Amino acid sequence: MNFQVMEPLAFPIMSPGIHFEVRACRYGGAVKDAVHRALGLTDDEALAVERILGRAPNHLELAMYAVMWSEHCSYKSSRTHLRRLPTEAPHVLVGPGENAGVVDVGDGVAVAVRIESHNHPSAVEPYQGAATGVGGILRDIFTMGARPVALMDSLRFGSLHEARSRWLFEGVVSGISGYGNSVGVPTVGGEVVFDDVYAENPLVNVLCLGVMPTSRLVLGRASGVGNLAVLFGSTTGRDGIGGVSVLASAGFGDAEAEQAKRPSVQVGDPFEEKRLIEACLELLDAGLVVGIQDLGGAGLTCATSETAARGGVGMDVYASEVARRQPGMEPFEVMTSESQERMLAIVTPESLDQVLAVCGRWEVRASVVGTVTHGGRLRILDHPGGDVLADVPASSLHDAAPVYDRPASPPDDLAELRAADPARLPPPADCGQDLLALLADPAWVYRQYDHQLFLNTVEPPGGDAAVLRLKAPGLPKAPLGAPSKALAVSTDGNGRWCALDPRQGTAMNVAESVLNVACVGGRPLALVNCLNFGNPEHPEVMWQLSESIDGMAEACRVLGIPVVGGNVSLYNESRGRDIDPTPVVGVVGLIERLDARPPGVGLAEGGRVLLLGQTVLTLAGSLWALQVRGHRGGTLPPLDLGLHARLTELVRGLVEEGLAVGIHDVSDGGIGVALAEMAVRSGVGFDVGGIGDHAALFSESPSRVVLCSEGHAVEQVGRRAQAAGVPFSEIGVAGGHRLVVQGLVDVGVDQAEAAWRDAIPGALLPA
Amino acid sequence: MTARVGVVLFPGSNCEHDVVEAVEALGAEAEIVWHGAGALPDVDAVVLPGGFAHGDYLRPGAVARFSPVMGAVRDFADGGGPVIGICNGFQVLTEAGLLPGALQKNSGLKFLCTMVNVRVETTNSILTSAAHGGQVLRIPINHFEGNYTCPADTLAELRDQDRVVLRYVDNPNGSTDSIAGVCNEGRNVVGLMPHPERASDALLGSEDGRILLRSLLAHVPALR
Repeated sequence: MNFQVMEPLAFPIMSPGIHFEVRACRYGGAVKDAVHRALGLTDDEALAVERILGRAPNHLELAMYAVMWSEHCSYKSSRTHLRRLPTEAPHVLVGPGENAGVVDVGDGVAVAVRIESHNHPSAVEPYQGAATGVGGILRDIFTMGARPVALMDSLRFGSLHEARSRWLFEGVVSGISGYGNSVGVPTVGGEVVFDDVYAENPLVNVLCLGVMPTSRLVLGRASGVGNLAVLFGSTTGRDGIGGVSVLASAGFGDAEAEQAKRPSVQVGDPFEEKRLIEACLELLDAGLVVGIQDLGGAGLTCATSETAARGGVGMDVYASEVARRQPGMEPFEVMTSESQERMLAIVTPESLDQVLAVCGRWEVRASVVGTVTHGGRLRILDHPGGDVLADVPASSLHDAAPVYDRPASPPDDLAELRAADPARLPPPADCGQDLLALLADPAWVYRQYDHQLFLNTVEPPGGDAAVLRLKAPGLPKAPLGAPSKALAVSTDGNGRWCALDPRQGTAMNVAESVLNVACVGGRPLALVNCLNFGNPEHPEVMWQLSESIDGMAEACRVLGIPVVGGNVSLYNESRGRDIDPTPVVGVVGLIERLDARPPGVGLAEGGRVLLLGQTVLTLAGSLWALQVRGHRGGTLPPLDLGLHARLTELVRGLVEEGLAVGIHDVSDGGIGVALAEMAVRSGVGFDVGGIGDHAALFSESPSRVVLCSEGHAVEQVGRRAQAAGVPFSEIGVAGGHRLVVQGLVDVGVDQAEAAWRDAIPGALLPA
Repeated sequence: MTARVGVVLFPGSNCEHDVVEAVEALGAEAEIVWHGAGALPDVDAVVLPGGFAHGDYLRPGAVARFSPVMGAVRDFADGGGPVIGICNGFQVLTEAGLLPGALQKNSGLKFLCTMVNVRVETTNSILTSAAHGGQVLRIPINHFEGNYTCPADTLAELRDQDRVVLRYVDNPNGSTDSIAGVCNEGRNVVGLMPHPERASDALLGSEDGRILLRSLLAHVPALR
């Protein structure tokens, strides 16, 4: 097909409300019906483009609107709901809408954070899909002027009994390992979940954290008419064309269709990205750029229009000046390619030579591809002074994107699902065996990740939350002897809970993440979210999304955490079946003084085992019900956010003052799994009582923490809990070589450790 | 006299700042040396840090050995100057022919980032002089290609000449004879896969790496 620009066929100006007629357009001499549909635009959207331009768009323009108005870029189905999230706090420097959220952590240091999904690319090509997910999120962080210092991954796959799930799991982990390690950013934590609802549509969510001197904070905007747009990094190729519209904004069908989508997955080059990071940070340190923007989804179209629109200016872009990976590329390919490892900088003509010199030193290709102009138009020119191939208002690619308030209604089977109480399932013959079946050590995953680079990782992967010293190359050094600050980060999601009640399930996710951060002594600063949902054209999915956002908003308000960024991933479906609603949240907390390692998930010989919070006897949405019995129903136990806020503050204080020698929040698998994980990670057993039955053992009711404390600390914990109005009980002692829950469980530590350690590697062995 | 350590930065290196931090914490001065430099600055020791020099493309170290700075590093080593290569730096030293053998993919065919125990097999090297013979150190490894291999006659020579510097207590990657580090005949060039700079602070789980880095620094002023 030849996509050269031609005068469109004469077309009457439509007035609003007139039904859009499918019309014939002449492209490259061929007459083709409704090209916009092939590009992913609806008929109404094509009409809106026409109204903006006051004429029929040409092919290049249509392609640009199609990628920018895709669900992935425009959030057109979710935007109206996202407005309900609380986003402000005094320490928030940058909230949602920029490349990353940024919070002030004091002493002239700021932290940038973002989370993003790469679900669809990973489903089609797991290694590259996951690798480029890492690459993309890194660029969002260093675009802000921050050095990326940590990655976390929240991963979901189908059961490892399925060969395809094993392929996806191994491929995704290898991709994260291959890219993340090589690019030189440690992967310090995350989560991995296996559940059949993700068999065809895995979830790959990547969070990145960066730190910077507050003075280096930059925003992606162009300014100064006559300034130059410099594209630097990798060449532009045909990989990833239409990634946002073809891949990310549609569900999956049969295997053949998935094969056909593989060319829409980008290919990553971590070495290019590593040089890009260093070159960018050097440019920013030297004050050589006035604005900078990464190229991600929708490629050059997004980067040029976004920087221009944010700066209230226009831009001329010269297609001929874009370095290409292969000959014969058409302008629409150049403008929508999602080739990785590229950045766009706005520089003054005077500093151009210095910019090119820095890029040259890092062996990063750079060329001037555009000029900042008056008037707010984004024009694509064949070459400087050449033919105008496209001419659109830059801001219209963003601001004029449609906003849909799609119909929403609860799923038909919701009442039935909630009524199906797993309490009615027959109790286990042996709770000990069920407990062993629920243990899984994620070390097989995180050992493949460099989780130590930069010498900051105090609490490595596998604990409640990662703990990172707050320092990095380029940051002002704390004076000797000053208390060292640290960051605590946790990612959490739970589709089981959210399927039963997206509103409360999401609130419980937020609550759990905040509690994880408190368990390592962190005070929550900010939350980012990745909303993984099904097809928004299904009313029950929109209901789930809307409810989930309300649950998140409510929990964030009560717990006092601003939402500083997010990502919405829709169309997570295959063959018409939507995934369970799976919002994933990342909470970043600050530890004011890190004098010693936090207690961590463990027990100490001779310590006493304490429970903060109260267990509600329910198995609704529990890991036990699903994994052991294949049961998904029930009504979630209540969540008291006020109590949760008090518990969180109590726990943080206890950890800060060293009153616990071991600590673990109670979540997946209930108190049984919490205790067992503390035992296997420390090699110390326990003997506890007062847990009446399997429902008490495996209940996932919220707002509970298990502590191990010694001597006088026990009484102090009790007094503090009483003062905070948090239920407190002493349930047993730590020590010995057995896991004993009186009347329910009695297994050896070695047996539990083997089950825990071998769960994932064992499932990957060839049958 | 304060020791001055040059830390070579190839495009794709990533442990250079960590090495600088660890040796500075021991009182030394450190300077990052760009791979394109034709000469070394005035330094007493050279460290080739971990990472992925030149993206590890072709094979780890295969491109880095041609970086201009490597000529200067070779001259420095030939003159008896202490040179250590950590992880990717070890791979570069073997590719450059400054150390014998090669590092191939781990036997498990997976990247491995984990704490391991290594035993000091000789204290007669610039990296182990402050340790005790047989001392077991807890130091992390972080590599995909850390499986040391060499021809049988080279192995015999390494053993005969007491040039196996460190061995894994529990071989994690299939290395021949559990070798984690070796030195050259002059004992002033050492390559090792474990990262001593990552075991330099109790907050991070081990301080054993300081014993090795302290050996390097203690050795340096004596040479001046």
